[in-house]
Amino acid sequence: MTQELLKITDLSVEYRTDKETVHAVNHINFSLNKGETIGLVGETGAGKTTTALSIMRLLPEKTGFIPNGSIVFEGRSIYDLEEKELHNIRGKHVAMIFQDPMTSLNPIMTVGEQIAEALELHNTDHKSHEQIQARVDEVLSMVGISPSRKNAFPHQFSGGMKQRVVIAMALVCEPDLLIADEPTTALDVTIQAQVINMIRELRDRLGTAMIMITHDLGIVAQTCDNVAVMYAGRIIEAGTAADIYKGEFRHPYTVGLFSSIPNLREKTARLTPIPGLMPDPTKLPAGCSFAPRCPHATELCRTTPPAAYKNNTHVIECHLLEGKDGWTKEARV
Amino acid sequence: MSTKYDDSPLMNLTEKKVEVNFKKESQIKEVWRRLKKDKLAMFGLSVIVLMIVIALCAPLIRPYSAAIKMNMRLKLALPSAAHWFGCDGYGRDLFTRCLYGSRVSLTIGFATAFATLVIGSMLGALVGYVGGVLDDVVMRALDIFSAIPSTLFAMAVVAAMGSGIFNICVAISLTNIPGFVRIVRSAVLGIADQEYIEAARAGGSPTLHILLRHVLPNAIGPLIVQTTANVSSMILSAATLSFLGLGIDPPQPEWGALVSEAQEFLRRSPHLLIFPGILICVASFSMSVLGDGLRDALDPRLKS
Amino acid sequence: MMTNMENVSNVPLIETRGLKKFFKVRGGLLHAVDNVSITIPARKTLGVVGESGCGKSTLGRAVLRLIEPTAGEVLFEGRDITKFNRSQMREMRRKMQIIFQDPYSSINPRMSVAEIIAEYMLINHTCASKAAAFQRTAELMDVVGLARRYANVYPHELDGGRRQRIGIARALSLRPQFIVCDEPVSALDVSIQAQILNLLMDIQDNMGLTYMFITHDLSVVKHISDEIIVMYLGQCVERATSDALFEKPLHPYTQALLAAIPEPDISMRNKPIQIIRGEVTSPVDPPPGCRFASRCEKAGERCHRETPDLAERESGHWIACHLYDGKGV
Repeated sequence: MTQELLKITDLSVEYRTDKETVHAVNHINFSLNKGETIGLVGETGAGKTTTALSIMRLLPEKTGFIPNGSIVFEGRSIYDLEEKELHNIRGKHVAMIFQDPMTSLNPIMTVGEQIAEALELHNTDHKSHEQIQARVDEVLSMVGISPSRKNAFPHQFSGGMKQRVVIAMALVCEPDLLIADEPTTALDVTIQAQVINMIRELRDRLGTAMIMITHDLGIVAQTCDNVAVMYAGRIIEAGTAADIYKGEFRHPYTVGLFSSIPNLREKTARLTPIPGLMPDPTKLPAGCSFAPRCPHATELCRTTPPAAYKNNTHVIECHLLEGKDGWTKEARV
Repeated sequence: MSTKYDDSPLMNLTEKKVEVNFKKESQIKEVWRRLKKDKLAMFGLSVIVLMIVIALCAPLIRPYSAAIKMNMRLKLALPSAAHWFGCDGYGRDLFTRCLYGSRVSLTIGFATAFATLVIGSMLGALVGYVGGVLDDVVMRALDIFSAIPSTLFAMAVVAAMGSGIFNICVAISLTNIPGFVRIVRSAVLGIADQEYIEAARAGGSPTLHILLRHVLPNAIGPLIVQTTANVSSMILSAATLSFLGLGIDPPQPEWGALVSEAQEFLRRSPHLLIFPGILICVASFSMSVLGDGLRDALDPRLKS
Repeated sequence: MMTNMENVSNVPLIETRGLKKFFKVRGGLLHAVDNVSITIPARKTLGVVGESGCGKSTLGRAVLRLIEPTAGEVLFEGRDITKFNRSQMREMRRKMQIIFQDPYSSINPRMSVAEIIAEYMLINHTCASKAAAFQRTAELMDVVGLARRYANVYPHELDGGRRQRIGIARALSLRPQFIVCDEPVSALDVSIQAQILNLLMDIQDNMGLTYMFITHDLSVVKHISDEIIVMYLGQCVERATSDALFEKPLHPYTQALLAAIPEPDISMRNKPIQIIRGEVTSPVDPPPGCRFASRCEKAGERCHRETPDLAERESGHWIACHLYDGKGV
């Protein structure tokens, strides 16, 4: 039985309006095995959320289009499924947590009702009402909330606890894949630590695979086995955590991301930010999309998009790796 | 001292000390430009402008006397070449009555909507922004006002002040201001929380400046829509008053009054209702689409 | 003999004494800022760090009297501004400014970039003419790195980083001496954060500004501050120089805060992140005793009874905790 849970091949996503076409995701490839965690890192506009939404087929109907590529989950192509099969998968096999816990919960339903709803929607083995309630209690304790609070409304909880409720809802059906889109960005650092700990524990206990979308390299270091760095809709670097954090070579953007973070340990006089901004996704530059901001850019970089260079598990899209030992050039998709 | 953070080293950095022209496209021109793109709104605008022009030019089209001249032989005459809209129960030419009626109806509609807008905005903005005791006092006073049935209230005002267009306008405005203040107040409450209001205070802006420069311009969207809706509803309010004998004194025509007069003859002579009715509908519809278009054109956030 | 000039340079630019701000809420009295005393010397940066609800934003606004303090004094160059009348405060506004957190709600969407930056100058008549004000606007845009071609553009057409630069230019327009920076980079992407932080530091050096830098991000506060205070539920629990605080955090809350930050270092992966148990207690009518006691691992019986004072335990390092006053918990 294959270990591979999710395989995305050559996926592109566009948002089309009357005026313009936004190339949100451009020809990305990645795969995830059972129980693995991958960190999807990038800044605003890199395409991470769009990627996540397309896995669950949640792109806006009128404007979201997939001109090419495929998403295969547990051996089945997501975009070939019928509505009914899709409803079966969403919530039960793939669950998603969004960034803002304030708006993820329905303010007029109690917390217990919302978790139970997730169960009831996927009640294929016909659990009784009592069994469902027992499971709700179980999952609330699992996330560190006393089951006695299940009749409370979301507004009676703090931000951190709301996010835990959201996680409980996501995990109640024990999905194979959990997609967490910036789950702790809106939370305080100490609450973030609680939530991250909890996610890790649950993942270990339940064997859930996870896609952790974040811009925080610290969280990625703490939780992820593999990392993919996105920029302007492409995955410009991917590999194991060791590759990205300790690798000899890294994509200049990744290097820039690391040096943008003020270091807790050493004192630096000035940060070295990456100058400029991410390119307009309606007008991507010819050549490497990072070239306008790259300190090492050459003429080649500005005119020709780079191919992917692979070294074992580490893949980087950058001309600088041409001819380097151990790095084999692969065709650019 | 210039810092090159914004554009990357590879982009053109030769921003010479050029004299920048700080005249941004005047707000009105910008709004007009955006409004023009909305075909439906332009249609509405044209219709209303046409109606206003015709109303103003009424004496050039037909003399006023034709509107009040009775001729029992023409009683309830159907539309014909001589009488485009037919004649009413007293044999008066309906077309001319509609024509002169438009002057009264449009005046009342616009004047009262405008008065409500101005007075209601200032009051609502002040109350919503300042809050506190002022808010409580004014809102309770307005609540008392709204508890009085508007028609009764208008009647009382007219009875006290006498009839005539001006007094009717006052009466109708007074009944509408409380509701309008409420709308403005809620729009302002939403805006008063925004940080740019706090920023204005941090810069030493006096309250009046904040209201006029920051609060009202951002609250204007719902107000425009409400005002255009008010134009049509106020025309009908005027009609109610006329019906009760407190509005325009007959025989002076007014659209709403014409509709009231038509009730008596509805089955046999529907044309008495149809023509003024259509005029009211058209005016109302045009104001509505114009209002929608204006609201969209006034919002800088909606991409043109 | 000290002349007046020399004397003035010893007076800190900003000082608060027992500053309090309480709000009346349904349940009682909310202690947003409770007895905070700080000093900020000229040209220095005081970092104010804490999590949501600790009162740091309220503190910043109370110092500027954008929110009226309930009690206590705020001294600017030795003069108590809480006693100033309206016109005196208007004068003060030119010397003390604020940069807001949210680059989206802190600027009026109906004004162009140039109008936003020029507004303060026009209201306060600090320039000889309107043209002069706009000329200064162009200069300010250069200072903050906003291309001049954006002068007539509306803010919604720009990204968060550029909008924040507008806010900074606006804050600088009256040539203030002191600026409260209320989480100015929290809403920005990491690479833009670094650009703006560098900008703020450069401006400080070039214009001799004094900052109160409010943030929840410890790495940012370390980078930019000379001295830091840590706030918890309205009170200052620790105060030290930036280096000292990070080298040797004394208060259990500070220690927990530092331990909670996930570091971008995979060798630390499998170490469980230390967490503080429980949640923040309510700031409404807080009971006596240390407010952190219910969550503190080292809390003792005295901690629940007696509120610790902020006292200087080592040179320049202040802490409010019974663990250090020699009397035990």
